[in-house]
Amino acid sequence: MPNRLTVSASSTQRTFTWYALYALVIMLLSRTVVGWVGAYYEQILIFIGINITLAVSLNLVLGFAGQFSIGHAGFMALGGYSSAALSYFVLNPALMSLPLDGMLHAVLENVALAIVLFAGGIAAAIAGLLVGIPTLRLRGDYLAIATLGMGEIIRVVILNTNFVGGARGFTDIPRWTGFTWVYLIAGACVLVVRNLIASTSGRALTALREDEDAAAAMGINTTRHKVMAFVLGAFFAGMAGGLLAHYMQYLHTNSFTFLRSIEIVVFVVLGGGGSITGSIIAAAVLTVLPEALRVAQSWRMVSYSLLLVIMMLTRPQGLMGGREFHWSWILPRRKQA
Amino acid sequence: MEQFVQQLINGLSLGTIYALIALGYTMVYGILRLINFAHGDVYMVGAFFGYYVARFISTQLGYVPSMLNFFLVLAASMAGCAILGFVIERGAYRPLRRAPRLNALITAIGISLLLENLGQLVFGADPKDFPNLIPRTTLSIGVLTVSNIQLIVVATAIVLTLGLEFIVHRTKMGTAMRAVSFSGDAAGLMGININRVISFTFVLGSALAAAAGILVGLYNPKIDPLMGIMPGLKAFVAAVLGGIGNIPGAILGGLIMGTAETFTVGYLSSTYRDAITFVILVAVLLFRPTGLLGTPARSKF
Repeated sequence: MPNRLTVSASSTQRTFTWYALYALVIMLLSRTVVGWVGAYYEQILIFIGINITLAVSLNLVLGFAGQFSIGHAGFMALGGYSSAALSYFVLNPALMSLPLDGMLHAVLENVALAIVLFAGGIAAAIAGLLVGIPTLRLRGDYLAIATLGMGEIIRVVILNTNFVGGARGFTDIPRWTGFTWVYLIAGACVLVVRNLIASTSGRALTALREDEDAAAAMGINTTRHKVMAFVLGAFFAGMAGGLLAHYMQYLHTNSFTFLRSIEIVVFVVLGGGGSITGSIIAAAVLTVLPEALRVAQSWRMVSYSLLLVIMMLTRPQGLMGGREFHWSWILPRRKQA
Repeated sequence: MEQFVQQLINGLSLGTIYALIALGYTMVYGILRLINFAHGDVYMVGAFFGYYVARFISTQLGYVPSMLNFFLVLAASMAGCAILGFVIERGAYRPLRRAPRLNALITAIGISLLLENLGQLVFGADPKDFPNLIPRTTLSIGVLTVSNIQLIVVATAIVLTLGLEFIVHRTKMGTAMRAVSFSGDAAGLMGININRVISFTFVLGSALAAAAGILVGLYNPKIDPLMGIMPGLKAFVAAVLGGIGNIPGAILGGLIMGTAETFTVGYLSSTYRDAITFVILVAVLLFRPTGLLGTPARSKF
């Protein structure tokens, strides 16, 4: 393997270049389009971004690794609450006490947000590790029920924790985030999942999805890989929770019931398990659709669930069926040199 | 001590309701290896069938709370849910029988959501008062109190369970059910009509869930379209606790779940009422995944 190091270095470089380019576009957009469309559409765009993060991170667990987890909302809640607690009790008071002018304050605010988001992600990841190690030994439906139970336990514990508001909800979280941050995190999530899938570990994940026994026989440490996918998924779910907290400025455990987890499962399943593109499209469409269908509010959830059943009966592989977007879809294919 | 025994009585009568629902889970799982997530919602629909039948009886035939009234409502609701269970299996689960189990599970969740949301649309989202089918009286034994409702709940559950036991162990269909649960393919090769057996299992389980719905209507007379979610989960946990696929296990599990719940509410806090369910579940899955009465799994899953 003579060129291995140089190849991987250049692909890392390329990844960073792509991400920098993406970040630039997002910042430009946030300066122009987002300010122009108004607060209502901005909020929808932000929810799309958060849902994309959730869907893609669950896709890693459900679509690529084939582990049916319905506790994603629990990790989201944990990340949201811990990052909000950090900013509400520590960083925001500290920031407020400093005599700073506008520019420096804004910079420090972004630094503080990065810290709390990361902390929320880490808190969720630790929970993911603690939940994952015992439960990922289970298979299929048992795992589903165990993750559902864990998610509900996290929710009930938060509900009974008084210093984060308990049943009243967590109010007055500083509003530190907006379009730019939401899409920076969503982009990072997509990139990390995409690169992981293309790596050796990613191949191991897909192998154990296809046949766990065969994968184990090939020498793949199945439990370790499952836990890794689970922890990474939890990490991004925690980040998404932190984004939600610092955008809505209010958290309540009612937003993190297992129906929320199921909603994320629906994104993944309808988009197509194992397709990042599918998750993104499904998350976007299913976030916009309820807004567009407000007139038919009471039929919304009915059609949602009907759609899920019909999709499973007629096209179980989902919208994209495991395929990904590629530039060759829109650009003419380059001639081979 | 009196409080302890009183909690135990309340817990056991609540537990019999969970046990009835758990029987449906355990039978379907035993035969199809499918968690029928919609089962808790069939129980909800059963309660609403009972509500409408009781209202029909009271408006058309004059309102007389009596045992006869109760039996009529019970029978009608069980029949209605039996049909519902049959339709769900035919329409949603049968086409997916050879599909990956994940797909069937997602479909089950979809059916569950569909019933809940259709319920909110058709029945209305606000809680309804279940009609008073039997005049409530309480018996006092020393310092303990037992309501006649609790006695009726327990008695009905016992009769239904004995009936199920008879069907499963003494009839030809029951023998076929046990054969299919042991190995569907082999049973098919022996000339058993697997589709009929599976349909019959759904019919039986759904009828039992409907009975649980009526009993809970007597016991705790507020019903709403989302009432099936938590009891459904608790009954499933009860089935896992007892050893999924095992009928006596489901009953034992249901009784334990009911007792655990009333003790949690009585001695800890009512906010932990639902969390205890999942704590039990996780503990069982970690330490004894085959459940209390379950035999070690024949195949890995």
